[in-house]
Amino acid sequence: MSHAATMEPAGQNPGLTFGAEHAHDHDHAGKALSGFWLFMMSDLIIFGLFFATYGTMLVPMSFAGGPTPKELFEIPGAAMETAALLTSTLTFGFASLAVKYNFAKGKVLGWLAITLALGMVFLGLEISEFARMFAEGAVPQRSGFLSSFFGLVPLHGAHVTAGSIWLIMMMVQIARGGITDSVRSRLARLALFWHFLDIIWIGIFSVVYLGGLA
Amino acid sequence: MNLTQPFWPAVLGRLDLDSLDFLKVFFHPTLNDVILSGAAWAVLVGGVLGVAVLSYFKLWGPMWRNYLVSVDHKRIGIMYIVLALIMLARGVVEGVVMRTQQADGLGGGFLSANHYAQLFSTHGTIMIFFMAMPFLTGLINIVVPLQIGARDVSFPMLNSVSLGLTVSGAALIMISLVLGEFSTGGWTAYPPYTEMSFQPGVGPDYWIWSLILAGVGSTLTGINFVVTIFKERAPGMTLMRMPMFTWTALCASILLIFALPPLTVAALMLAADRYLDFHFFTNALGGNMMNFANLVWLFGHPEVYILILPAFGVYSEIVATYSGKRLYGYGSLVVATMSIAILSFTVWLHHFFTMGQDANVNAAFGIATMLIGIPTGVKVYDWMATMYRGRVRMTVPMIYLSSFMVLFVLGGLSGIILANPSIDFQVHNTLFLVAHFHNMLIPGLLFGMLAGYTYWFPKVFGFRLNDRWGYISAYSWIVGFVLVFFPLYVVGLMGMTRRTVSYVDPAYQPWMLMSGVGAIFVTVALAALVVQLYVSIRERNYTRDIGGDPWDARTLEWATPSPLPAYNFAVIPHVHAREAFAVAKEAGRGYQEPTGYADIHLPGDTYMGVIMAVFGTAFGFGMIWYMWWLAVVSFAVMAVAFIVRALRGDRAAITIPAAQVEAEHKAWLAQVRTVTPVTRERELEHANHGVAAPETKEVAA
Repeated sequence: MSHAATMEPAGQNPGLTFGAEHAHDHDHAGKALSGFWLFMMSDLIIFGLFFATYGTMLVPMSFAGGPTPKELFEIPGAAMETAALLTSTLTFGFASLAVKYNFAKGKVLGWLAITLALGMVFLGLEISEFARMFAEGAVPQRSGFLSSFFGLVPLHGAHVTAGSIWLIMMMVQIARGGITDSVRSRLARLALFWHFLDIIWIGIFSVVYLGGLA
Repeated sequence: MNLTQPFWPAVLGRLDLDSLDFLKVFFHPTLNDVILSGAAWAVLVGGVLGVAVLSYFKLWGPMWRNYLVSVDHKRIGIMYIVLALIMLARGVVEGVVMRTQQADGLGGGFLSANHYAQLFSTHGTIMIFFMAMPFLTGLINIVVPLQIGARDVSFPMLNSVSLGLTVSGAALIMISLVLGEFSTGGWTAYPPYTEMSFQPGVGPDYWIWSLILAGVGSTLTGINFVVTIFKERAPGMTLMRMPMFTWTALCASILLIFALPPLTVAALMLAADRYLDFHFFTNALGGNMMNFANLVWLFGHPEVYILILPAFGVYSEIVATYSGKRLYGYGSLVVATMSIAILSFTVWLHHFFTMGQDANVNAAFGIATMLIGIPTGVKVYDWMATMYRGRVRMTVPMIYLSSFMVLFVLGGLSGIILANPSIDFQVHNTLFLVAHFHNMLIPGLLFGMLAGYTYWFPKVFGFRLNDRWGYISAYSWIVGFVLVFFPLYVVGLMGMTRRTVSYVDPAYQPWMLMSGVGAIFVTVALAALVVQLYVSIRERNYTRDIGGDPWDARTLEWATPSPLPAYNFAVIPHVHAREAFAVAKEAGRGYQEPTGYADIHLPGDTYMGVIMAVFGTAFGFGMIWYMWWLAVVSFAVMAVAFIVRALRGDRAAITIPAAQVEAEHKAWLAQVRTVTPVTRERELEHANHGVAAPETKEVAA
């Protein structure tokens, strides 16, 4: 049945052997990163389902006589949001490089601060966009379509908010303790999260805004 | 204070005197309300009794230190299983009440329709989310790190958080017995019936928040165990040497990661509809309830396999051990497990064949559904082939296993019938369906969990469970199950609808009476489990498992002392074969002394699990009863707890010096040498102290 034994070096005992304890490299950072990848896959499913729900709501029944995508969306605002978020991903990349090549912590903090500022710009633009829609009567309570829009897009915004809080925590940690192993490990995960949100936003920009106006 | 002032509503939300279920008996002393209030009193009295017992025996301190703040995977597993058994008791009682109602249900009965609807909604929700899920999560927690030769899971703190969130969900369901009502919308809570326009009360909100909390906990458990299985295996424990239970735990964990999000999304959207007047699933203004059906079953069908795969894993371990033979067809079992995991995502639509989609869509999903029968059939043949010419002992787990193989195949065949859309149209929404899924989940999941509980109990607590009461319980479950559910197939085919409190066709009545008699056996089975635990604890000195291997078992967890030390393995084993412990014993190397010992580092305790349990419950409670201040404060506490913990870093690890490990391990090995090994004939006798006498048997190559 099994050929496992034949793969063993000759002379090994069958079954178990007990050697002295190996100096285990516990590799906590690697485990944490694996776990985080899995978490993001799970999160991606959540976004995927909100996208799918949004897709089913692009029909006249779900507009319920209310505003349609063509009447609601404007490219300039969404394009500016896109620019802010994509640039923030670039600056986060510089922060990661600064950590990788052991630059002074001031440089790392600087790039992170620029990233945070761009994240804030994105959130500000998004909120003003929502305010404009609310003023036009395009509230989530108006129709199934708007409910699904305000399910999907602010969910991304909430993620950016959480990422920003995390970013602030990282900056506090770096300012207090410098670039420690813990910082490297956490920053790698935050970078993954931040770039992930960028990819989601590209989906939103393409499907919701460009798709809605096409 | 003047009660008309708006102060109290701001504090208590929509909670008022009418919400207090335990008072209802005094206002409306009908049998229905006596039962309603009785349940509330049972929770209150049970809670008070629990507190009293813990106080009387001065157990608060030990419970806090040894369990609540512990990150030891075995302790966390025990807590999951205790939760599961408590919820099992409630779920069974609810089932028995429902069966009694229907036995008496020709043209009426004693329950109101609303109360009956709450019963089947809580019964389903509890059995799936707060009995089955904690039970299998508990077994996975206890067994998987041991089977792969690890000291703990990859993220011990997260493990505690998962447990805390699961407990908070269960706590909310228990609170719903005392305060207010539960949803009447079934365990799947289909809108628009669960929307505000039909159920403005707290019922569906209890469902939403208990499932969101427990669902997040389960997702985190899935992540934890996938990383644990991939990263924590002992040297030489390659994937294809992993015990089958670990394989099924891996597949179930992967399913948890990908299948729980749809449930979370469905519940969040329903919450948006109910709390913020969104229109995801409403009748009016463009909502689409079909989205909910898709989301909930996109979760719900993989969930079925999350439940059943670990049970398959338990059966695979048991059948090899109690047949004294290596597991037949290991490779095919691995492939079958993986196939089931993947196919489970392709069949969700068979839960709503009748909802108006194209016939070709139905055909595709019907075929996919039938395909799952193939890998499942492979497994059944593998188990039978393992028993063939084995040294089979009909112990309690084997009673569960053999009844499972017969009953599960029957249930599977009724599933193949249901997979055909044209037949499904006829029996949809009848008791035929109820009979089918209970036929899968009771012999499949529940028997598997109880078999695993019996099998691993001595490993965890150091003494065996009483087998006489075990047999009584097992046979009562089997007889009870058959009597309760086989009649439901018949009345289902006759057209009796599910989720209906009473009926007018007298032709149903004999079958309903038979089903009611079955409920008596199920009650006996549950009581026998309780008695078994009591008797086993009382007689524990006669059934001590000193050697740690009472069943002449085959996998790594049995190579350790019982009960286990916190560090599991004195020295991490190096694995050279599948079923490593059996191979080692065969070579006379079962209890080797290692060449050296090293210091062991274990993670420190954490308060995070307790914080999640307490404030998760408080958060859900605040949301359900519109006590916004409570929800905000509790959520903030949970968030701040995570931030503070992140900034402060891990709690100090506990170091166990090599000398202590050596002393403990050598003491155990010396003790093992004093034990007289027993042969399999004497397995259930007092003479069995956990060291197996060698027998001629087949071992893995």
